Amino acid sequence: MLRNGCRVLTVKAVFLFLWLVSSPAWATVEAAAVEGSQRPWWFWPIVLFFFCFILGILAVLAGVGGGVLYVPLVSGFFPFHLDFVRGTGLLVALAGALAAGPGLLRRNFANLRLALPVALIASSCAIVGALLGLALPTNIIQIALGATIIFIAALLTLSKNVERPVVEKQDGIGGALKMAGAYLEPSTGENIEWKTHRTLPGLILFIVIGVMAGMFGLGAGWANVPVLNLLMGAPLKLSVGTSKFLLSITDTSAAWIYLNQGCVIPLMAVPSIVGLMLGSFVGVRILAVAKPKVIRYIVIIVLTFAGIRALMKGLGI
Amino acid sequence: MTPKAPPTPPEQITYANLLFYGSWGAIAILLITFGVYVSGILESYIPINEVSQYWSMPVSHYVHEAKIPIGWGWVTLLGNGDFLNFIGIVLLAGMTIVCFLVILPNYVKQKDIVFIVLVILEVLVLCLGASGLLGTGGH
Repeated sequence: MLRNGCRVLTVKAVFLFLWLVSSPAWATVEAAAVEGSQRPWWFWPIVLFFFCFILGILAVLAGVGGGVLYVPLVSGFFPFHLDFVRGTGLLVALAGALAAGPGLLRRNFANLRLALPVALIASSCAIVGALLGLALPTNIIQIALGATIIFIAALLTLSKNVERPVVEKQDGIGGALKMAGAYLEPSTGENIEWKTHRTLPGLILFIVIGVMAGMFGLGAGWANVPVLNLLMGAPLKLSVGTSKFLLSITDTSAAWIYLNQGCVIPLMAVPSIVGLMLGSFVGVRILAVAKPKVIRYIVIIVLTFAGIRALMKGLGI
Repeated sequence: MTPKAPPTPPEQITYANLLFYGSWGAIAILLITFGVYVSGILESYIPINEVSQYWSMPVSHYVHEAKIPIGWGWVTLLGNGDFLNFIGIVLLAGMTIVCFLVILPNYVKQKDIVFIVLVILEVLVLCLGASGLLGTGGH
């Protein structure tokens, strides 16, 4: 009973958070951000920790990665420069992917043979994206980030993933790369066999995904899943698992670039990583009592709001 | 009766186990070093109450004004509480390279030329990113 009470309380906290960031109430926090340097040193790390804790819960309930929420919201509403937010955003996505990766790999919900060729392309391009992101003026990145976030919100609204796409015949590239396998679906007790098709267009799209992941520090689960599932024909569960694992490789390459350029400040990185990871654990536990669909729609609204804000910031409005 | 789960390739299991211990080890180190940092046991390179003066500025200004070393220069500052945190962060970012190097012999044993090449290329790409050789000097 106590456990249920905690879960309901957490769900209410999530709704309170969503109301906060999408209402004028946030103006108070923003005003504090403006006078950020006058606050004691521990103020922003603590606010960031709790913010990321809630973000972690939300990310799980909405079925999105932490990075995609972290970068637009933290860059929009906290006093940190976008350079540091992107560097930390990659570390946040990376830590989440590294923590989830082993379980996914062991149960065949992520597959090395599917991930590796895709990861090679995405991680190489993420380096290019990170270098571009650090070379371009901040307002240009902010505008592009805003447009991308609005696009992601639209994608989350419109994209209808397929549980088990039909792949009649594997293509030559998929066959040569041995992109096939099987996993046990626990809900039905069925062994699901899978193979890929349209592998070449899929691999080409990972060029764009890699560049965007590196440039904006977003992680790229929002793009990985539709490409693996809808285009290449991997079952949804495998696509989600492999996508999460893929982030541990793609984000690593870009994270190194940001790290080497000085974009990681421990006082903001550590509370973000720990807060988001703890939030993800709680999120998984309350998934049973929450209504993820409703939360997913609210997250889409918050993302749209954050995207518009990033656009306006970039345009100097 | 529930069918037996399809076997997971051994190299995938090795990768998963290594990733599990490496990542959680890195996060544990990160928590300890952060505790050392905020408790003030070790002196910080940038005094902790001055950090907020820097995080609103572009990274190029921060690096210049706070005299932050780029690339692997942070290694020389590991005696400071703030840079001590880089041990855990670098371990997190380096785990993938270690995992690929460890599973490479599996593909060699299987004589899987395609995956041998892919793993070697992936390690090279990640090492290039990690090397600190790539950089634009910021904007």
